[in-house]
Amino acid sequence: MTDTLSEYFTVGDPIADTKAPDVPIEQMWTKHQFDSALVNPNNRRKLDVIIVGTGLAGASAAATMGEAGYNVKSFFYQDSARRAHSIAAQGGINAAKNYNDDGDSTYRLFYDTVKGGDYRSRESNVYRLSEVSANIIDQAVAQGVPFARDYGGLLDNRSFGGVQVARTFYAAGQTGQQLLIGAYQAMERQVAKGTVTEYSRHEMLEVIIVDDVARGIIARDMVTGEIETHLADVVVLASGGYGNVFFLSTNAMGCNVTAAWRAHRKGAYFANPCYTQIHPTCIPVSGDHQSKLTLMSESLRNDGRIWVPKNAEDCEKDPREIPEEDRDYYLERIYPAFGNLVPRDIASRQAKNMCDEGRGVGPKVGDFRRGVYLDFASAIERLGRPAIEAKYGNLFDMYSRITGEDPYQVPMRIYPAVHYTMGGLWVDYDLQTSVKGLYSIGESNFSDHGANRLGASSLMQCLADGYFVLPNTVRDYLAKAPFEKISEDHPAVVAAKNSVTERIDALLSINGERSVDSFHRELGNIMWEYCGMERTDEGLRKAIDLIRSLKDEFWRNVRVLGAADTLNQSLEKAGRVADFFELGELMCIDALHRRESCGGHFRAESVTEDGEALRHDDEFAYVAAWGFGGEDGAPVLHKEDLNYKFIELKQRSYK
Amino acid sequence: MELTLKIWRQAGPTAKGDFATYEVTDVSPDMSFLEMLDVLNERLINEGTEPIAFDSDCREGICGMCGLMISGEAHGPERTTTCQLHMRSFTSGETITIEPWRANAFPVIRDLVVDRTSFDRIIQAGGYVSVNTGAAPEAHSVPVPKEAADRAFDSAKCIGCGACVAACPNASGMLFLGAKVTHLGELPQGQPERDARVVKMLDEHDLQGFGGCTNIGECSNACPKEIPLDVISTLNADLRKAAGRSR
Ligand SMILES: Cc1cc2nc3c(=O)[nH]c(=O)nc-3n(C[C@H](O)[C@H](O)[C@H](O)COP(=O)(O)OP(=O)(O)OC[C@H]3O[C@@H](n4cnc5c(N)ncnc54)[C@H](O)[C@@H]3O)c2cc1C
Ligand code: SF4
Ligand code: FES
Repeated sequence: MTDTLSEYFTVGDPIADTKAPDVPIEQMWTKHQFDSALVNPNNRRKLDVIIVGTGLAGASAAATMGEAGYNVKSFFYQDSARRAHSIAAQGGINAAKNYNDDGDSTYRLFYDTVKGGDYRSRESNVYRLSEVSANIIDQAVAQGVPFARDYGGLLDNRSFGGVQVARTFYAAGQTGQQLLIGAYQAMERQVAKGTVTEYSRHEMLEVIIVDDVARGIIARDMVTGEIETHLADVVVLASGGYGNVFFLSTNAMGCNVTAAWRAHRKGAYFANPCYTQIHPTCIPVSGDHQSKLTLMSESLRNDGRIWVPKNAEDCEKDPREIPEEDRDYYLERIYPAFGNLVPRDIASRQAKNMCDEGRGVGPKVGDFRRGVYLDFASAIERLGRPAIEAKYGNLFDMYSRITGEDPYQVPMRIYPAVHYTMGGLWVDYDLQTSVKGLYSIGESNFSDHGANRLGASSLMQCLADGYFVLPNTVRDYLAKAPFEKISEDHPAVVAAKNSVTERIDALLSINGERSVDSFHRELGNIMWEYCGMERTDEGLRKAIDLIRSLKDEFWRNVRVLGAADTLNQSLEKAGRVADFFELGELMCIDALHRRESCGGHFRAESVTEDGEALRHDDEFAYVAAWGFGGEDGAPVLHKEDLNYKFIELKQRSYK
Repeated sequence: MELTLKIWRQAGPTAKGDFATYEVTDVSPDMSFLEMLDVLNERLINEGTEPIAFDSDCREGICGMCGLMISGEAHGPERTTTCQLHMRSFTSGETITIEPWRANAFPVIRDLVVDRTSFDRIIQAGGYVSVNTGAAPEAHSVPVPKEAADRAFDSAKCIGCGACVAACPNASGMLFLGAKVTHLGELPQGQPERDARVVKMLDEHDLQGFGGCTNIGECSNACPKEIPLDVISTLNADLRKAAGRSR
């Protein structure tokens, strides 16, 4: 590491996952399950499990742990568990079922996922994900999830970016909703049985750690403002991703990093924070009032063709009047093997390149047109409008509602937007963080997607973690119970509670001049500008300075009105944005230190001759797991080397 | 656009509420209804007034978190969710009244925010298929006719927003309930518990303080997911069958 970076961080001891058994990869999970201890059914109800989050990961885990007989407490900030952000997932969920006999297999799904992640994910975890993927579909179907079916009554499949087989199961453009409703219903069934207790409109604000072991959480009842202590034998964070650090993203408004960040500050490593997935098919920004960006499912790329005019002069024309020969179907041109189905990082970057070249379409925002066409004209001609309606109708409706244009008549306009974060809490094969007794599942951990996530793989990971992996690995930990009882007046518990109260009082007493949202928007602009689709050494250093001074101003000048003991949405946001500042800084430091391009992390200084991302496996084939360096200290980098034993590291090519 | 907004303000669950009037001038037709409220809130904060509390999360019409009575109509004049309603549906100079959902089963928490956990309790009473994790048969072992799968999907589209209840003069939750009963009842997986489900869910519905259905149809008109009124017929048919069988 050169000296110029040492002012930003220090390097700590290397780390490794020691849990995955040393056997051939196909036998790992079976062996590991067999080797892990069991908990007697009678003892289970004496064990308290806290799960934060009811997205696909949290709800499926709560349902399964509840069924097993543990005493589960489930926390979430929405009013109903059914509204977690997972509800918005559109396109589908992958599984290696090979129902189409098109050459799919566990190994191929494993291979595609590792390659798609640009060889920055852990082989053992990804193999297990592929292995259990098929069970997820069985489970969901048994719950009554209404997946799309063909006329023979069997399940239908489609393909997603980055793969050449059709392994994606879907329910129109509402797959996340249907899967979540399935998991939610399974969880509500346990609520009725008394094994799961729900804490709706509760925000977790701190982890309780006693003698280096996680023993509970501090949560705020968002209606009464009461600060509550909840103790448990194990704590599971299923709190989702942190894409909202960018302010504008496809994430739900409430998505935040607080749960993971508070755990990080208490000793949990935060891995690969700079890996952000930018999704290529979102509705472009229309003005500065905008509060979020809307995704158009990537499945649209199965039938839609992406193009921009060949000549910049045509950009203002009605697209229907631009003849075939004047259109540049750039993905089909540059990547003939995958065409419009290249992975997201590549599709996003090329869209940006086209707009940077001055060939973007749609209205100017600033002095720039940010949009490319996604055209269904030939698909409608080939398959007929009813077929397109059946497949994508709700997406087309959503598009026309937001833009006021009819995509059956005029090509859609799309542009990349922040969508998903591959970074998150570092976990081992058991999904345990670097803090004992603290687990992390779903998007809140870093594990399975490397530097880039393939479409339809997050839903798969969330449900794999919640239904099949966590309930099996947590058991081994819980088998060591009974753990020492702790009381609510234990100094560590009291300290955690006090720190929450003090922070809330601090936020309410600043009484400055700027709203929380204005800070969040400004932070988001910095992140997008310097830590977005393309990063440079110079830009990242600048961003770190900007974030630090904005954070300073925040703590001097934010205005949070109202009181602590009522529903206070500004106060909720203020706490989340305060954490986003710290995370944003770490994202930039991580991006700065990784002087290679891989997946969602594109360093302008590291490209091949034809402009594609260039990795440096000799230097960077590791997971960057960051330790908290203390209030004013620099973060500490722990490297987990990635050893590829089953898949050969190759330069990624989709040509 | 310039608008006059009459907005319900209520400091807490037991506080007395009243309308406050705000003039907004810088509204663009491309804004969503909630973005218009964001802009107003930003102004209120700058003026030192507490912002208006309202619920939203996904802001793309799928989570069911948002929901306002807009000039007497649930989710406003268009058949969509409040977050997907855009200001181009209004005309400059208009006065808009904004209220929370009103129903005994949905108590007001603050301003425009209500408590809809009664819906969860209806689901807890039987809105699921009892299958433990790991106990599922291979997915292709039970084919489902496409028509059944499609009808199940169409009913499963309900987002639990509560507009049906807010729109109903009786504050009945039958459309929500009917949607769930139809979703699971269309599928082979839902058959074993079909009779018990409808009976238990309906009991819970009444217990939670929702009103009875008198076939007015406002619910379906207000539903942003176009859940058809005939799910209530399915519900009633299931109820009759269940009663018949238990005798
Ligand atoms: C528009 C869109 C479309 C997508 N489409 C697809 C797709 O087609 N296929 C695919 O595989 N993936 C898709 N994704 C990605 C995928 O939806 C998410 O990665 C996934 O759903 C995350 O699930 P989760 O369970 O980890 O977290 P979430 O669903 O985000 O749930 C987080 C939970 O944590 C709770 N929570 C958070 N913080 C706190 C706190 N401090 N205290 C208490 N509770 C808290 C929340 O209340 C919530 O219950 C899509 C994402 C978006 C935005
Ligand atoms: S039936 Fe329609 S109106 Fe009622 S809760 Fe469901 S989606 Fe909302
Ligand atoms: S905010 Fe999710 S439906 Fe409106």
